[in-house]
Amino acid sequence: MIYYDKVTKIYGGGEHAVEDITLGIEAGEFVSLVGHSGAGKTTLLKLLFAEVLPTEGAVYFGSRDIGGLSNGELLRLRRNIGTIFQDFRLLPTKTVYENIAFALEVAGKSDEDIRADVPHVLDLVGLPDKMWSFPGHLSGGEQQRVAIARAIVNQPEVLIADEPTGNLDPINTHDVVEILKKINDLGTTVILATHNKSVVDSIKRRVVTMDQGRVVRDDKSGKYVI
Amino acid sequence: MSLWINIKRVARYGFIGFIRNGFISLSAILIMTITLFVLAGLMISDAALNATLVQLKEKVDVNVYFVTAATESQIMDVKKSLEALPEVALVTYASRDDALAQFRERHKNDQLTIQALDELNDNPLGAVLSVRAKETSQYEAIAKFLDAQQASGAPGGAAIDRVNFYQNQTAIDRLTGIIDTSKRLGTAIALFLGIASVLIAFNTIRLAIYTARDEIGVMNLVGANRWYVRGPFMIGGVLYGVASAVIVLLLLYPFTLWLGPASERFFGTFNVFSYYVDTFPSLFLIVMASGIALGALSSFLAVRRYLSK
Repeated sequence: MIYYDKVTKIYGGGEHAVEDITLGIEAGEFVSLVGHSGAGKTTLLKLLFAEVLPTEGAVYFGSRDIGGLSNGELLRLRRNIGTIFQDFRLLPTKTVYENIAFALEVAGKSDEDIRADVPHVLDLVGLPDKMWSFPGHLSGGEQQRVAIARAIVNQPEVLIADEPTGNLDPINTHDVVEILKKINDLGTTVILATHNKSVVDSIKRRVVTMDQGRVVRDDKSGKYVI
Repeated sequence: MSLWINIKRVARYGFIGFIRNGFISLSAILIMTITLFVLAGLMISDAALNATLVQLKEKVDVNVYFVTAATESQIMDVKKSLEALPEVALVTYASRDDALAQFRERHKNDQLTIQALDELNDNPLGAVLSVRAKETSQYEAIAKFLDAQQASGAPGGAAIDRVNFYQNQTAIDRLTGIIDTSKRLGTAIALFLGIASVLIAFNTIRLAIYTARDEIGVMNLVGANRWYVRGPFMIGGVLYGVASAVIVLLLLYPFTLWLGPASERFFGTFNVFSYYVDTFPSLFLIVMASGIALGALSSFLAVRRYLSK
């Protein structure tokens, strides 16, 4: 489903963020990307939703080379990939409802669908009563759950989570991981970049270890080992 | 999904953003109010300058004095030939009697002169033609034409006693210079102030959108197309423009009312309040359109910077 074909990314300053990576991810997998800070995990994820483009090689989503997509195709791809980040990246001047509705609106959903889907997905992440709150009035754990709700409301094929528990306490971390597992059980491919050992060990799924821009280990049912 | 639904959603987010980012909206409106006030001020001062210049031009004329023996038909010949000149705007005829009456009126407080006049048996004044040119720079050409008429020995020309252009030449030249310089200076100042205030307003809106750059990044990330991202900010920019224009147009009422009498004393006949009232529809259109265009264009350009592929 996702295939990194000999991908190298060199940033402007000549820094090799990822180097000669070949990696395939099947539909429905739950993959944990682990490694030290600067190992190249975030760049690998950014390459998937084309926030950065490879310097060499190609990234395929299905049979399509992401680097060759037109603007319109790229927008459709992004609507098919949910993303969550350590810093939540919610729209601060929009309510929880509007944040989630926005993702549905850009995907062209009708107002009726939006009114039905938003409460449903908020139920799924355990925040049915925070619909009209602004992100600034929520705790970190709650904000991350809103971000997850926004990421999955369009029922994407892939959910990318870049250090989603980095700013959370252990209880919220556990909750977020449980939600991610539930989403994966419903059929969505989940790619989780983290350096939280306990999180990776608790998931007990495929672990890809990166170091200095390269994949150094790929365990089908692994643990956090560096 | 229909275009109409998209437009409604973009407009709604534009309004919501405008209200919820109250402090940023307020700052942008304040700066744009100053910009539009400068613009309206430039329009009004340009009109005042033009009215003053027109008034000054009207005060300048060249008088053709005829000998006392000149006949009406000789004077009319000269009048007709002057009126045929393209440079001439108006020729006014004052007969000997008119000239005498005007002289008496002018010197009514000067008893000595009036007494001297009364002692004369005959009217000593000749008829006069007052010639007004379309431009002050054209008086010299008219004076030369009259010289030629005088020199040619034509009946009308022979009746001309003197032309006062050469006595007034320095004043006329100076006035022509002042008018030209005022126009050039006025345009330069208007251009400078206009550009400066537009740049300040543009920068303020750019800063307002800079604070939302992460938000734009998130919109890109969830797959919003360019117009869906840009639209609400442009609506916000238009709202800044509309709000500022309304404030400026409202503020101009008491401001021009207060300044009206003083402006009339200073400029002669130009009253800023009358100008505001008389030209309100065009003033409204220009200020409102400038506000909307400035707000929308500034937002468009500022958001473009943060839109990724």
